[in-house]
Amino acid sequence: MENSEVLQLRGICKYFPGVNALQNVDFTLRSGEIHALMGENGAGKSTLIKCLTGVYVKDGGTILIRTNPSDAPEAEFDAAHIRSPQDAQNAGISTVYQEIALCPNLSVAENMFIGRSGAITNWADMNKKAGEILSSLEIPATPRQQLGSCSIAVQQMVAIARAVDMKCRVLILDEPTSSLDEQEVEKLFKLMRDLKAKGVGIIFVTHFLDQVYEVCDRITVLRDGCLVGEYVIEDLPRVQLVSKMLGKDLDDVADIKGDSDVQAVDTSKTPVLEAHGLVSNAGIKPFDFNIYGGEVNGFTGLLGSGRSECVRAIFGADKVLGGTVKIKGKQVKIRKPIDAMKNGIGYLPEDRKHDGIVADLSVRDNIILALQVMKGFFRPFSRAKAEQMAQEYINLLDVKTASSDTPIGQLSGGNQQKVILARWLLTNPDFLILDEPTRGIDIGTKIEIQKLALKLAAEGKSVTFISSEIDEMLRTCSRLIVMRDRKVVGELKDDDLTRNKVMATIAGGEET
Amino acid sequence: MTPATNNKNAFVSGLRSLTRKQLFIPIAALFALIIFNLIADPSFFVIKLGYNSANQPVLSGYLITILDYGSELAILAIGMTLVTSASGGQDISVGAAIAIAGSVILRVLCGTDSRPDHMKAPIIVAFLVACVVAMIFGAFNGALVAFFKIQPMVATLILFTAGRSIAAWINNNELPIIAEPEFSYFGTFIPGIPIPTPVFIAAACMVVIFLVLKFTNLGLYSQAVGINPHSSRLNGINPAIVKLITYMILGLCVAVVGLIKVSRISTINYSVVAKDIEMDAILAVALGGNSLGGGKFNMAASIMGAYIIQFLTTTLYKFNVDSTALPAYKAVVVIILVVLSAPVVRERINKAKKASAKKSVKEAA
Repeated sequence: MENSEVLQLRGICKYFPGVNALQNVDFTLRSGEIHALMGENGAGKSTLIKCLTGVYVKDGGTILIRTNPSDAPEAEFDAAHIRSPQDAQNAGISTVYQEIALCPNLSVAENMFIGRSGAITNWADMNKKAGEILSSLEIPATPRQQLGSCSIAVQQMVAIARAVDMKCRVLILDEPTSSLDEQEVEKLFKLMRDLKAKGVGIIFVTHFLDQVYEVCDRITVLRDGCLVGEYVIEDLPRVQLVSKMLGKDLDDVADIKGDSDVQAVDTSKTPVLEAHGLVSNAGIKPFDFNIYGGEVNGFTGLLGSGRSECVRAIFGADKVLGGTVKIKGKQVKIRKPIDAMKNGIGYLPEDRKHDGIVADLSVRDNIILALQVMKGFFRPFSRAKAEQMAQEYINLLDVKTASSDTPIGQLSGGNQQKVILARWLLTNPDFLILDEPTRGIDIGTKIEIQKLALKLAAEGKSVTFISSEIDEMLRTCSRLIVMRDRKVVGELKDDDLTRNKVMATIAGGEET
Repeated sequence: MTPATNNKNAFVSGLRSLTRKQLFIPIAALFALIIFNLIADPSFFVIKLGYNSANQPVLSGYLITILDYGSELAILAIGMTLVTSASGGQDISVGAAIAIAGSVILRVLCGTDSRPDHMKAPIIVAFLVACVVAMIFGAFNGALVAFFKIQPMVATLILFTAGRSIAAWINNNELPIIAEPEFSYFGTFIPGIPIPTPVFIAAACMVVIFLVLKFTNLGLYSQAVGINPHSSRLNGINPAIVKLITYMILGLCVAVVGLIKVSRISTINYSVVAKDIEMDAILAVALGGNSLGGGKFNMAASIMGAYIIQFLTTTLYKFNVDSTALPAYKAVVVIILVVLSAPVVRERINKAKKASAKKSVKEAA
């Protein structure tokens, strides 16, 4: 029975309008293993999970699941027809999501038994049962305790306990560790190992490489909706895992430095911005950062490694908990975005929809917004002045819009991004932070934005660039700060700026 | 080239018809009410010039009543529009807050004497004190919404419940009466001017809000905060302060209406004054085609909505609808209007229009 297969996904396909989200993906889970599902954003991890849990209905392929775990290994698999989350639960597949989907105002025991078929109406009985499960899994919570009073990690464990008690054979953990601290993660891993010993098959989705290498037995890598491969953990060094996720072969190193326009930066002057021991409430380790006039540097690392959190701390977008910031040698306090803006910093945020555009407002209002706020509440631009500034930047960046009156929400992603870029160029910042400025936009606009970053640097401005595409970073940046697991793990410049070196530093651990 | 320009033209005209549509519902409602009254009884539109008990010329008639009482609503609609835009919710405590503001005015004017021979303070002082008090209560509501992130309706439910008791407590539960005639000018007529004073007060408020929207960024900030607070924050706006300010502006509007209300009868009835007025003010915003979920707003449409609500109320009174049954009749009309202006219904109507246009083209062919 040890290591017998409990779940087989064969040739799973899922189409969304215009996108093949999953193409012929196979996935196999054995009982008593922790199996990491890895891939960059948009690789199809969450789509695969959602097909498996019935949130989406797959468009092709079969899901085979062993109905009775006590069967001999050679027993037949049943094709499971999973069309709703309830079907998945009945088939023995339980899921714990990143956001805890429990009721914080109910007790721990109530949360474990709520909404279950054959509901327990005897409270004493329910609490006793819950207590048994909690102690058997060594979860530090009492059945009568209100769930909201437990730490996030314990709540996460209760969610797992609930899933386990439903006699699941397949447990899916979708980014369970992203809101936990190190000790909490340790506790969670202990629970995962206990469950593994009990024969549960666990699918573990995470962005943290160290965690994968700590608990997992096998890794399945997806990229662009396709299966890259399934590997036993010992056979796949970190660097190779990163290269498989990013789709770049390590041996295939083109000479990118040759065609780069990156110029030497005069580091003898005072940096435009210098930060020491900066730390915010977004869960990053304290970091140092500096940038000189005429320089383009960048933060690199996998998604969730803390790249955006670092620049948000510099801009005052998250709550800054400590550290010092000097602008041109003078110490300043940046507590909120307006402070940063007044010190000549601009920030194009990572999530355009959520943090960038004001969808129902016109292109014109979206362009002038930041400059208008800096100018002051009682000094609005005249309509004519606003229109003139908006038109200037619409022409300069070639924004495709019917008029400056069009609500920005009606523009394509690339044009929306140009409008947000226009907003910050209009404030004429000394230091512009571009967080994933090229994500989800067409190739033409991508190159325009890269060129723009280099042009700003040539004019003596400073630009910090963040991108998931290493090639893009190598083309634009003269210095790269490498992040892993929410801390800065290295800084690369000059001859170290090669794809190999960057990937090796991102991967960390043993270097090849 | 051609398809691009075609697209552009279609887009521009589509946009134009969209802005037209926001005013379409209130205007259509107004026409429906006018036509109904014309058919039912044209005497509705008669305006007479007469003389009141003080032998001063005054205009009277249903239209004058609409302008008179609609002005109170219009002033409230100004504040309610801003609150709705920035916080995506409504303040339901305005009726109770009017009682407080009115009570404060009487308290300042009368002191401890409930029937003074002459006023103990200038009216302007009493009004300014009421403004400050109403803005403090507005700030209380605003703080609950902006800093404690409580649902606006729930946050303002507190003052909705407690407001009238507070108003009574301010005057020790007495009903002060002001004998001097000049106090009544604000809610009735100024001698020699036949048009009700609230109309002028409302006009002044409209001019002020127009200037404020033109010469400050209040409109841009409240809409930006209402549409996307995250992005507003990253552009240097403090969403909490903007929300707080809109509630305080509504407080100012409340103080103005409080003055009109107590001036009308030279005294106050704590449990009845401005009763249910918050619902009419909210309806005015909705009837103007503004989303009650916040964001973009059209101030002129809200003000128009206020007068239309009053038109409806007055029409119902005219036809002797019992005052206890009035809300039921009003509700029916309001349901129709609000459902018609709901985006879902508008979309369907547009689709149906398109389909029938296609059909007629086919039949013609």
